[in-house]
Amino acid sequence: MSFNALIIVDVKQSGIFKIKLSRKVNYSRKILGMLLLVGAITFSCKSSEMATNEAEVSENSTINNSANLEELYWARVDSAKMNFVQADVDFMTMMITHHAQALIMSDLAPKNGASPEIQILSSRIINAQKDEIATMQRWLRDRDQPVPEVHIDGLNLMIHGVGMDHMGHNMDHSNMVGMLSPAQLEELADAKGNEFDRTFLKYMIQHHLGATSMVSDLIATDGAVQDEAAFRLATDINVDQVTEIRRMKLMLDRIERSNEGTE
Amino acid sequence: MKLYSIRTLMASVVGTLLLFVYACAPSAPMVQAPFTAPSVSMLENVNPPSPDPRVGLGAGLFDAEEAIWNLEMLSQTPPAPDFVGVTNSDLAFKGTYAFQGNYNGVMIWDLSDPSAPVLVKDYLCPASQSDVSVYGDLLFVSGEGSSGRLDCGTQGVQQAVSKDRLRGIRIFDITNIEDPQYIANVQTCRGSHTHSVLKDPEDDENVYIYVSGSAGVRPSEELAGCSDLRPGEDPNSALFRIEVIKVPLDSPENSAIVSSPRIFEDLEEPPTHGLAPADIAAMEEAIANGAFTYMRNGTERVMSGGFARRVLAGIAEERGNETPTSADTLFLRENATSILENMFGWGQEDPIARRGPNQCHDITLYPEIGLAGGACEGYGLLLDITDPVNPVRIDAVADSNFSYWHSATFTNDGSKVLFTDEWGGGGQPKCRESDPMEWGANAIFTIEDGKLIFEEYYKLPAAQTVQENCVAHNGSMIPVPGRDIMVQSWYQGGISIFDWTDPNNPVEIAFHDRGPVSPERMQMGGSWSVYWYNGLIVSSEIARGLDIFDLKPSPYLTENEIAASKTVKLDYLNAQGHPMFVWPTTTALAKAYVDQLDRDKGLDAASLTAVRQGLANADVSDSKAKSKILSQLAEEVSEMSNMAKDSEKVSKLANTLKDLASM
Repeated sequence: MSFNALIIVDVKQSGIFKIKLSRKVNYSRKILGMLLLVGAITFSCKSSEMATNEAEVSENSTINNSANLEELYWARVDSAKMNFVQADVDFMTMMITHHAQALIMSDLAPKNGASPEIQILSSRIINAQKDEIATMQRWLRDRDQPVPEVHIDGLNLMIHGVGMDHMGHNMDHSNMVGMLSPAQLEELADAKGNEFDRTFLKYMIQHHLGATSMVSDLIATDGAVQDEAAFRLATDINVDQVTEIRRMKLMLDRIERSNEGTE
Repeated sequence: MKLYSIRTLMASVVGTLLLFVYACAPSAPMVQAPFTAPSVSMLENVNPPSPDPRVGLGAGLFDAEEAIWNLEMLSQTPPAPDFVGVTNSDLAFKGTYAFQGNYNGVMIWDLSDPSAPVLVKDYLCPASQSDVSVYGDLLFVSGEGSSGRLDCGTQGVQQAVSKDRLRGIRIFDITNIEDPQYIANVQTCRGSHTHSVLKDPEDDENVYIYVSGSAGVRPSEELAGCSDLRPGEDPNSALFRIEVIKVPLDSPENSAIVSSPRIFEDLEEPPTHGLAPADIAAMEEAIANGAFTYMRNGTERVMSGGFARRVLAGIAEERGNETPTSADTLFLRENATSILENMFGWGQEDPIARRGPNQCHDITLYPEIGLAGGACEGYGLLLDITDPVNPVRIDAVADSNFSYWHSATFTNDGSKVLFTDEWGGGGQPKCRESDPMEWGANAIFTIEDGKLIFEEYYKLPAAQTVQENCVAHNGSMIPVPGRDIMVQSWYQGGISIFDWTDPNNPVEIAFHDRGPVSPERMQMGGSWSVYWYNGLIVSSEIARGLDIFDLKPSPYLTENEIAASKTVKLDYLNAQGHPMFVWPTTTALAKAYVDQLDRDKGLDAASLTAVRQGLANADVSDSKAKSKILSQLAEEVSEMSNMAKDSEKVSKLANTLKDLASM
C-alpha cells in the first residue's frame, strides 16, 4: 500500500512543525506528520506559507486532516475489498441461494399452523437470513461480481443475475449440500400443525448443516477468507447456525419423545 | 399522619442539636452554611429528550451528526494511520494508559489528558479480533482470523495449512510501554476470539487466561493434536471445551495450556428461564378460568382445555364415575404432574448424553466472588471458578428470545448478572423499528443460591437505520455507590447508560450516538466497547477511533453520585475480569447516599434537609469542628434509620458519616 512510506514519518523526529490543536477532534502527531508531508508534496508551493504561519497551519491542517484521513479510510476500505479469491465469491453466491430456501421454508410456518415456539424460530430465521442475504449481495456488489437477486413465489425460488435465471423449485438444488429436494419441500408444505413442527425442524437442521459445511469447505480453501468481511460473515453464519441446530435438535427431540400433553 | 409529625419533630430536634453543636464550636460558622439540594427525579419519571434525537442523525465518517444526553464528550481521536480503515476492537487499561485493539494490531494511548489522548505506541501486528488484556507488565492479544501471522506480517496467510499462522494468544512485555516486546504466543486449536485474564486471589505467581474460540478447528497438520471430531469419537476433540492457559509471571515465555475444561458436558435440556410477564399474565388468567396446570422441566404449564377434558374423563372412568365429579377434578388438579409423567413416561427417559454448547463467546470472571458468567452459544452459564484450572458449571439458562449469548456483566455485589445477545454477530442492523425489543437485547438475571433467575430484558430504546450495525455489545459497571449502573456499546446504536438497580425496570439515563458511517450502505462502525475507567467513559469506535466522555449531572445521576464514583481508583482494568469496587470514605459518598434517599423517597424531606445542612456546615468547618458535627450527625441519622423507608441506605449513610467523623 502506498501510504506506508508516508506513515513512518514521525513529526517528533523531524521536529519541523509544532502543532497545537484546539479542535475537538484530535489528530495524533504522527498523522499530522504524515498529512503535512502529503500537503508538502502535493502543495509544495504553499510550504513556505505553512512554515511561517503557525496558526494558519493549525487551522488549515485540521480541515485538511479530516478530509485526508477520510480519504485514507476509504482507500484502505477499498483496498481491503480486493483481497479475495474465486472461492469467496462462490461461497457468497451459493449461500444466497441457500439462505433463500430457508426463507421459503420459514414463510410456511404461520400458514401451516406451527406452534408459537416454531413461529418465533422461523421469524428469527427470516429476519437473520434476509439480513445476511443483503450483506452477501453487498459484498459481491462491492467487488464487482455478479449479484444474485432472489425472487420467491410460494415454493418457487428464482435467482436472477448470475447466469442461472428462472430457477424454479423443480430445479434440483441437491448439488448444494443441505438444500431440500423439491419432494422434501412439498412434504413440508403439506405438513400441518404438530407434523409441520417436526418436519420443519428435521429439514431446517439438514439445511443449516449444509451451511456449516459450506463454511468449513471455504475455510479449508487456500487463499480464502483473508478478507475481514468474508471471515466475519462466514464465522457469524457458522456460529449462528451451529447454535440454532443445537436448539432445533433439542426441540425436535422433545417433540419426538413425548408428543407433549397439550394436544 | 402520626408518623410524619414524629419525623418533623425529629428534624427540628436535629436542627436544634446542630445549632447547639455550632454554638460550642468557636471556629464553626455562626450561621448555617448555604447549600442547594440537587434536582433529583425518580427513575420511573425519567424524561428523556423527545422526540429521541438519535433517530434520523445525518451520516458521515468523521462528521456524522451526533446526539448526546447527560454526557460530555471530552475528545474523539482518529486511529493511527496504519489502523485507519481497519476495525478498532476491545479496550484494556493500566495506569493512565488505554490499550485499544485493532484488527491490524494494538494502539496504546496515554489518557493523562483525556481531552487530548496521546498515542504512545502503534504496534502493527494484524489478527482479528485483537481482544486485549493487561496484567502487570504483560499485554495479551487474541488472534482468531485466518490471516494472522506469527511474525506480525501484514501479507496474510494464503495457505489453508501453514506454519506461519497465529491463532491463539500473543504475549507482549510492556515494561517499557513505548516499546512492547513480543515475547511469546500460545497457539490454540480454535484460535482466540476473546479471552479473559483470571487473577486468582490465592495465587500471586501465575495468572490464567480463559480462551474462547468460535471459529473452526485448525487442521492437525497445522497445529498438532487439533481434532474436530465429536468427543465421543476423539476424547481430545477441540470442540465442546474452553482452554485455560497458565502464565507464570516470572517466566511468561513458558505460558502454556494447562487444562481444557469441558464445562458444557451433560448439560440437560435447556432450562428456560422464567416466563415473561405477558406469559405469566396469560397463565394466571387461564388458571383463574379453571385451567389445569402441571410442572414440566421446572416450569408450570397449562393443559389445553380439550386435553384436560380427555384426561379428566379417563380419571372419572377409572374411579367409576360416568361423568367427572368435583372430586375427580380436584384429583386431577392435585396430581396433574404425576399423571402426565406416567402417561408420557417423562422422567423415565434413557439419559441421553448431552454435551451442550460447542464453545463460549466470552467468559466474564469475577474472582472476588468466585463466579464467572459464560456466554456460550445458546446458553448463559454460571461457573464456579474458585479453582481457576477447573471451572465448574453450577447453573445454565437458555432463552428462546436469545440467538447467541455473547457476554456477561455482574453487579458489584454479585447478586445480579446481565447477559447480552449478539444476534447477527454484530455486523447486522438489529435495532430497526421492526426488530423485537427482546431480540439482540440484554437479559437481566438475579442470582439466588447459585441459580439464575430471569427478570427482564433491556434493549437500546432508539430505533436505528438499516445502515447501522446494531446489537447489544460490551460494557461495564460504573461504580456509583448504592446503584447498579452500566455503560454499554450498541455498535452504531451508540452508547447507552442505564440503571438496573431494580432488575425488573432497567432505565436509560444517558446516551451518545452518531449517524451512520455511510448514508448509502451498511459500513461497519460504532462503539465496539465502552468501559468506565477511573472516572472516564472510554469507547473504542470501530471506524472513528477513540472517544472519551465524562458523566454529566442530571436528576437521574447527581454531581455527588458522579463525584463518589470518581473516588474509585483502579490500577488496571480488563472488563472481562471484574474488579470489585471499593468506595473510600468521602463526603461525596455521604452526599451521594443523601441524593439517592431523596430520589427514591427513602427518607422524608425534613430529615434530608437536616442532613444536607449538617454536611454543608461540616464542609466549611475546621477539622475539629467538622468531626464533631459529623459524629453528631451520624448519631442522628442512625436514629432516623428506624423510621426511614429505606433504612438500609440510611444506615449506610450513618456509618459513612461516623467514619468521616473519625478521619
